[in-house]
Amino acid sequence: MEIHAYEKLWLALALVLIVGFIGTITYGAAGAGIDMIDDKGGTVDPATLDQHPKFGDPGIERSGENSYDVYVVARQFVFEPGTTQPLRVPADSTVTFHVTAADVIHGFEIVGTNANTMAIPGQVSEFTVEFGEPGEYGMLCNEYCGSGHHVMEGQIVVMEQGEFDSWYEQQQADGEAEN
Amino acid sequence: MATASGGGEFVDKFPDEAAIVKASFLIAFVSLGIGAFFGLIQALHRTNVLRVIDSADYYTVLTGHGVLLAIVFTIFFLCGVFHWAVARSLDRPAENALFSWAWVGLMTTGTILATVAILGGFVPNLGMSADVLFTFYAPLQAHPIFYIGLAMFIVGTWLAGADWFLSYRAWRQNHEDERIPLQTFMVLTTMIMWYVSTLGVAVSVVFFLIPWSLGLIESVNPLLTRTLFWYFGHPIVYFWLMPAYLLWYTVLPKLAGGRLFSDPLARVVFVLFLLLSTPVGIHHQYLDPGIAEGFKFIAMTNTMFLLLPSLLTAFTVVASVEHGARQRGGEGYLRWLGALPWRDPAFTGMALAGAMFAAGGFSGMINAGMNINYLIHNTLWVPGHFHLTVGTAVALTMMAGSYWLVPQVTGTKLYSRPIGLLQVIMWFIGMVFMSNAMHRAGLAGIPRRTAEPQYQNFDFLTPIGSIFELRVQIALGGTLLFLSVVLFLFNILLTSLGEESDRPVDSHLPEPLSGPEGSPRVLDNLAMWTGIAAVLVVLAYTLPLAGIIQNGGGLFGGGLPVPATVSAGFDLVATTVTSAFNTLWGVVA
Repeated sequence: MEIHAYEKLWLALALVLIVGFIGTITYGAAGAGIDMIDDKGGTVDPATLDQHPKFGDPGIERSGENSYDVYVVARQFVFEPGTTQPLRVPADSTVTFHVTAADVIHGFEIVGTNANTMAIPGQVSEFTVEFGEPGEYGMLCNEYCGSGHHVMEGQIVVMEQGEFDSWYEQQQADGEAEN
Repeated sequence: MATASGGGEFVDKFPDEAAIVKASFLIAFVSLGIGAFFGLIQALHRTNVLRVIDSADYYTVLTGHGVLLAIVFTIFFLCGVFHWAVARSLDRPAENALFSWAWVGLMTTGTILATVAILGGFVPNLGMSADVLFTFYAPLQAHPIFYIGLAMFIVGTWLAGADWFLSYRAWRQNHEDERIPLQTFMVLTTMIMWYVSTLGVAVSVVFFLIPWSLGLIESVNPLLTRTLFWYFGHPIVYFWLMPAYLLWYTVLPKLAGGRLFSDPLARVVFVLFLLLSTPVGIHHQYLDPGIAEGFKFIAMTNTMFLLLPSLLTAFTVVASVEHGARQRGGEGYLRWLGALPWRDPAFTGMALAGAMFAAGGFSGMINAGMNINYLIHNTLWVPGHFHLTVGTAVALTMMAGSYWLVPQVTGTKLYSRPIGLLQVIMWFIGMVFMSNAMHRAGLAGIPRRTAEPQYQNFDFLTPIGSIFELRVQIALGGTLLFLSVVLFLFNILLTSLGEESDRPVDSHLPEPLSGPEGSPRVLDNLAMWTGIAAVLVVLAYTLPLAGIIQNGGGLFGGGLPVPATVSAGFDLVATTVTSAFNTLWGVVA
């Protein structure tokens, strides 16, 4: 089969481009450490979500000196926590999110950042993000989830460490009082 | 003048086939009109320029827009082009005209059922809706006739493929040693890809969604049906694109005044699409839980290699067009561009579509990059991307191609070339406004698929320009695109009503510069390519699917509560039928 010289050159350049793309993405995953959302979050029974030890009363938990776990339930058309009360996290912390959906498929996006995942009933999305300065972020559902999809939003408040600690202790105390 | 099909216009030589092509185009164009009108409503609504519907109804409109344009318009048009291409390139009519009408009928019935279910969403008391969008992710549920219509439509496309394979088999009996004519080769490889990939959606719809919507099974595994959708959802992208490629490879060079540069390379490209289109669907699920990173990496690698056939196409098509320009007296490194027939709407439309596809290809490379995808996943960037690809590379090529194809099946001359030219340019300009603004809005985090991307808790920020300016561009672009479709439909309608002409269009297609003779015969070994495609699919999908079924609560999920938005179940079908019957009876009596 006769292939024109320019065609061969073009083919070679195309292959270089493709291999280059795969290389940069591999570097992003292995070198820069951008993990993919995957199956490490495990699964959960969506029918009994309210009895689940974590998703039954979702929110933030301290897991280490400066690291936290946050459990979020997405349901038509709220984030728990996030919508009725903001999700509070301390500044300069490492936060691992565990996100699931209670009814249909939702999306979870922290606006203006690359924190973005699908929330699928039965599955738990797990990903870790670093929060910096105190401030506020919006969160929204970016997967169509029903007629009220456009009102599904929430807020993340990044607080000064001291402020956060007193809020967190208050929460713990309230929780114990309830039990 | 000798033509590849040996003289005579297509409509005179193959009247039965021309009738099928006309019927397919008619349904495609009606869908295009309705779908484009829905698109206008959306562009004005979500930018808050004009809101004529409730935001809750936005999703009914959006479902209609997606299904009517991305499934009905594109695929009916494909059927028309493929039916024309097979009869023309094999130089023989279809084996049985009745069989051809059977698939047209089945696909049309399926379209009507699905459309009725969707439009039912506007009538709240009807208890029938399908506000599930083009992707119909469970546990969002549509009325059963939506899924049943969809299944009939898909089966119709299978029969259409069978029609073309039967033509090929009959041709083969008298042409034992010949190479498959290029257009037929393109049709057959595309259809094999389609058979492989529609298996996913067929299993999802027939085994899970239809029984579930009828109440026969209680729940579904949402990640499983979603994965089966994307198993089909990416190859459908190439099902849209292949008829455009067929026109770019076999018609555009002729319109430019030349001929195809290389037949063998065109075959290589279609084989690569057959092999690589399906084992990439997981790249739509980079941000899905429940699928291991390794499988996403495999899908990403395959996706990047899928760039290859498109990059090769860019070379071959541009080289062929340049050859045409030089035949017309064009000279210099770039000055030859001026020698092209820019007044011909069929040429100009396809050339602009190809140029825009290059831009769409680059934004697609961002989507395919699995870590940078975090930034734009499910944002307005994504529809910005696919309005360049399916919305322009495909749709504009189909409209431009119609200016050359429709006269061949109606036997009438194109009503107006200047209006056609205005139409394709208007599409291009409208899409420049709309798509660039959608991409930029996506980078600001504005989500796709929402009626009101205006929130209480936060504002979107854009580094350059303003959100207001982006909204204006989207509304303006959407309006231009809709007007462009109106001009197109008007021009085609008047064309079909025109007087019959002996020679409505120059339909001769010249032979390629490099013919198929020198290329390896293995390229034409369809059975072998099918086998390799199947192996690649098995490799890419067996383990992820097994994992999803094993970990996600089995085939049917784990007793997921039925969501509040569930529309009618089987009993409501009965109620609807009964009440409709009673109403009718009331009218008659």
